Amino acid sequence: MAEKNQRTAYGQTLLELCRENKDIVVLDADLGGSTMGKMVEVEPGLEDRHIEMGIAEANMLSTAGGLSRVGKIPFAASFAVFAAGRAYDQIRQSIAIGKLNVKICGSSAGCSDFGDGATHQSIDDIAYMRVIPNMSVFVPADANETVAITKYMASHEGPMYIRVNRNPYDNVTPEGAEFKPGEPVVLKEGTDVTVFACGVMVPKALEAAKALEGKISVRVVNVPSIKPMNCEAIAALARDVKGVVTAEEHSVIGGLGGAIAEALRLERTPIEFVGVEDRFGESAHNYDDILNYLGLTAAHIQEAVEKIYNL
Amino acid sequence: MAYSKELIKSLEEKGQLLRRDCIKCIGVGVAGHVGGSCSSADLVAALYFHKLKLDPKNPEWEGRDYFLLSKGHVAILQYSALAERGFFPVDDLPHCKDIGFYLQGHPHLGTPGIEAGTGSLGQGLSLGLGMAIGLKLDEKPNRVYVLVGDGEMDEGQIWEAAMAAGAKKMNNLCAIIDNNGLQAQGFIKDRLNSEPIADKWRAFGWNVIEIDGHNMEQILTALDDAEKCTDKPTAIVAHTVKGKGVSFAENKAGYHNKALTQEEYDQALAELS
Repeated sequence: MAEKNQRTAYGQTLLELCRENKDIVVLDADLGGSTMGKMVEVEPGLEDRHIEMGIAEANMLSTAGGLSRVGKIPFAASFAVFAAGRAYDQIRQSIAIGKLNVKICGSSAGCSDFGDGATHQSIDDIAYMRVIPNMSVFVPADANETVAITKYMASHEGPMYIRVNRNPYDNVTPEGAEFKPGEPVVLKEGTDVTVFACGVMVPKALEAAKALEGKISVRVVNVPSIKPMNCEAIAALARDVKGVVTAEEHSVIGGLGGAIAEALRLERTPIEFVGVEDRFGESAHNYDDILNYLGLTAAHIQEAVEKIYNL
Repeated sequence: MAYSKELIKSLEEKGQLLRRDCIKCIGVGVAGHVGGSCSSADLVAALYFHKLKLDPKNPEWEGRDYFLLSKGHVAILQYSALAERGFFPVDDLPHCKDIGFYLQGHPHLGTPGIEAGTGSLGQGLSLGLGMAIGLKLDEKPNRVYVLVGDGEMDEGQIWEAAMAAGAKKMNNLCAIIDNNGLQAQGFIKDRLNSEPIADKWRAFGWNVIEIDGHNMEQILTALDDAEKCTDKPTAIVAHTVKGKGVSFAENKAGYHNKALTQEEYDQALAELS
């Protein structure tokens, strides 16, 4: 049975990649047990391929840059708020300007670390990663896609960011499907409204589309590649419907919604965002509670689709 | 180790040559980093014209040593060394900062001989650490040298890298600290005061060597001694004079990044000849 947890899928894939390619190295900032980098650290014969960098994310990201300059393919991981947020400047200055071949994993991303609250919940990482020139930004919809994206990152040059969810849920993409950077993936056809979604909001968009069956015909598009983005493909999926909805576990400012709005800037397509309003997350006892509290459910997508449809 | 008088003399002359190149590049009426270039010039001359294993015709040669200018604001000094060493034409130096030209205001990957983009202070040592770790993983003998400013040591990331390199016993990594005592706006002792520098690096697990950063024999000895240390990274704390060799600029923060007048320009070149 396919893995359902993105972190585990990431760790298992790294382990497999490390066995195949001696140049792949894994860096952690004392959170390897959570990012699953530890799967490499404890693997007999691969211990030296896991580099523990301590609780010092800035140094970890620049160090990853240095490793790439001597031919290594470093995967550096921590919680997204630390790997991408705390080390933003190192990613910009040490890595992206020089187009270094560094792979960054923002783990426990979005609000998936529900208990720890605002300090640990990344509602802004897509925005500040995608604004950096040369950087690719990928958001897997599920564990299957995490495997495909991680493999892609290992075998293609350039700085790349993958956003990984902490919690398990059922896969919505097929196991073994090829990841194509830039390309939106239609998961369900529809003729009235198109929903572009990423991450955990993909299964929720499918749920919303199902609930609306018979009333509104909804096309559901998975957008695992926030950057690069095939803007023409996005526009084509928006032109033949009344309007579009974007759905993401991220601020409505600068994330998937922003990227889709930019892609559609020459179109006459109404667009509604489902995401975190301009605010931080907060603690909850379980994942569904925080998603519901912040307006990130199938019902919220359904409401947005109806709004567009009834314009 | 004894070094021949000819070697010492020739490297001292290279130091002066690099200073002159820097002054010529900076020119008249446009701000340039006179102070920090002149303080580091002898260290950079010793590295590029003696210590580093390099192939100017093949900058990406696998056997090379790596040099990173973490205090990237004195890029012009590194460009001068690379040009004089034959990585690119000396005549290109005055075109630094021309639109679209390969010599950027800070070291930029893609320029022959530049190993990493530096200039956002505090990051070069970490980049060097990554190179050192990677080289060790592959059991390669190449060494990594990082020139760090004493003002730059205000940056917390320097100490993250120092702690990591000490803990990991990266004996293929050598930090050279240009301890000229000044930063952009004044004396380091009047700001965060990174002193006592040697004690700090020692406490972080480094082999520390203190030298006069303008004494070529001491520079060469320190670089060779660093290579003999088998269980620690080495920090060479080089006591230097900011603006060294240009009398009106020596020990003055005002010449950290300043435009020279025609008179100052002429005097600087005369003093450095």
